[in-house]
Amino acid sequence: MALAPAEIAPVVQRHWLGETARRHPTVMIGVMLLLAMAAMALLAPYLGTVDPLAVAPVKRLRPPSELYWFGTDSYGRDVYSRTLYGARVSLTVGLSVAMFGTALGLAIGLVTGFVRRLDFVVMRVMDALMSVPPVLLAIALMALTKASLGNVVLAITITEVPRVARLVRSVVLSLREQPFVEAAVAAGTGFWRTLLRHILPNTIAPLLVQATYICAAAMITEAVLSFIGAGTSPEIPSWGNMMAEGRSYFQIKPYLVLFPGAFLSLTVLAVNLVGDGLRDALDPRLARRL
Amino acid sequence: MLAYVVRRLVATVFVMTFVAFFVFSLLYLTPGDPAATIAGDLATADDIARIHRQLGLDDPFLVRFGHWAWGVLQGDLGTSIFTNLPVTTLIGQRVGPTVSLTVIALIITLSFAIPLGVIAASKVGSWIDRLVMVVAVLGFSVPSFVLAYIAILCFSVWLDWLPVQGYASLSEGFAPFIEHLILPSIVLGLIYGALIARITRAAMLEVLSQDYIRTAQAKGLTEGKVLVGHALRNAAIPIVTVIGSGIALLIGGVIVTETVFAIPGIGRLTVDAILRRDYPIIQGVTLVLSAVYVVINLLVDVSYTFFDPRVRF
Repeated sequence: MALAPAEIAPVVQRHWLGETARRHPTVMIGVMLLLAMAAMALLAPYLGTVDPLAVAPVKRLRPPSELYWFGTDSYGRDVYSRTLYGARVSLTVGLSVAMFGTALGLAIGLVTGFVRRLDFVVMRVMDALMSVPPVLLAIALMALTKASLGNVVLAITITEVPRVARLVRSVVLSLREQPFVEAAVAAGTGFWRTLLRHILPNTIAPLLVQATYICAAAMITEAVLSFIGAGTSPEIPSWGNMMAEGRSYFQIKPYLVLFPGAFLSLTVLAVNLVGDGLRDALDPRLARRL
Repeated sequence: MLAYVVRRLVATVFVMTFVAFFVFSLLYLTPGDPAATIAGDLATADDIARIHRQLGLDDPFLVRFGHWAWGVLQGDLGTSIFTNLPVTTLIGQRVGPTVSLTVIALIITLSFAIPLGVIAASKVGSWIDRLVMVVAVLGFSVPSFVLAYIAILCFSVWLDWLPVQGYASLSEGFAPFIEHLILPSIVLGLIYGALIARITRAAMLEVLSQDYIRTAQAKGLTEGKVLVGHALRNAAIPIVTVIGSGIALLIGGVIVTETVFAIPGIGRLTVDAILRRDYPIIQGVTLVLSAVYVVINLLVDVSYTFFDPRVRF
């Protein structure tokens, strides 16, 4: 008598999502937090907010209440609305820098790792850029440009590119000696095809992990730049700007600094947790150690 | 060894020349007239002309770089546009608080982070290991200025144990000096400490799985002797490397920490210079801090031979 397949192989099939949550609870917390922040940023106009730029001097410095959930700032602007809209700035900067920084660093790292003649000159320029502490470099770049979101993204991207380039270059240098690359070259595969088909796919895993850390670092750097007056223009509701404005009233109205600070910390934490999870999944040997 | 140090010094000179060139060119990367950008929106034509003269903007680029670099080599970093004082004088006046803050942060961080990393690695999977890892992740995630405000609120506003802001130099007495610097130092050192604790744990885990550790344990050495004498010494190189490269975090952190705690150091000088668009100061500070960073990393590389006599240059 033939047995039903279920009786032959009584393997419990767990749903992949449940399995991931069981094995990496912190990653799931990170993903959920990040999705919540992204939803908050996208749906900000529908979450009971008012115009984040609307000034109302008579309502200035109101404490958190039923009417103003997070209180109002020194211009009478609603802190809850500004905090929710602030997620847009942070996430835009984090994602843009991660995207542009890795793309540029990848291109530079791939070419310098594979073309020996370019390697020396380009890497010395990268060394010089890496010799300036990142926050200081971003400050120096921002000090002479107009305060805008685009310039903030550009300044932070420039600070991150050398690190990505160096990482990709080190991976390419070790890959270049691998038999499969030598085989491809010996078989007459062209330069670009070797680079794009054989080398590039192998750099993706470490790059993905690096991109999450860049995203987290970029969000912090954006907040630092805005906080010290070298970031986005002051009226833009970014978390760094809000904290800079709330600074003078901190001792009497701590919520002005604590609400944006808490949201910034939670978002960075979420990105870091996702990054740690990706690293664990993509490099089990490293995961055991770090 | 000496040949290596000389070779590294020559390389450092090249890197610093690149940095100097980059820092100098920053002023010219901006679109439009740099003098007009520095002078700001409310500047008069006279202001712009004055800045033009002061920065020598009418000469060719390489000539200006030559003049500036020659001045830098002689210890002249230019003159502040706002205060009209030499940048070197301004940096000299502010260096004390920044060095005090950084050194205390370093001492506190290293004396906690390394032992915690060692303990976490020796008791991997235990509650203390998990605690160290959680604190490390939080240390990476909570920006220093957010942490600074929480610390001020707890220890200065609610508990009233420490001053809210300000700075007292060592000449005013040791107690006020430490009272003013303890909170900023802890805040400044947290992310750096998180990084070091994590790398110490990782490096120790790698070493603890080696055969010679089992041998040391088998011959009856105490756990402390195995961990410190055999494991930590061999795990030192990655730890020392991160101590050096992580100095960048301290340098970036100083700017924010000094702003929050109103400490009149180089960080505060930089922020004031940004708000006033006092570009010679920004150039000078960037160059000096980058040089400090490069020299510290050079010392770190040279120190490898001390920790591992097998390393030969």
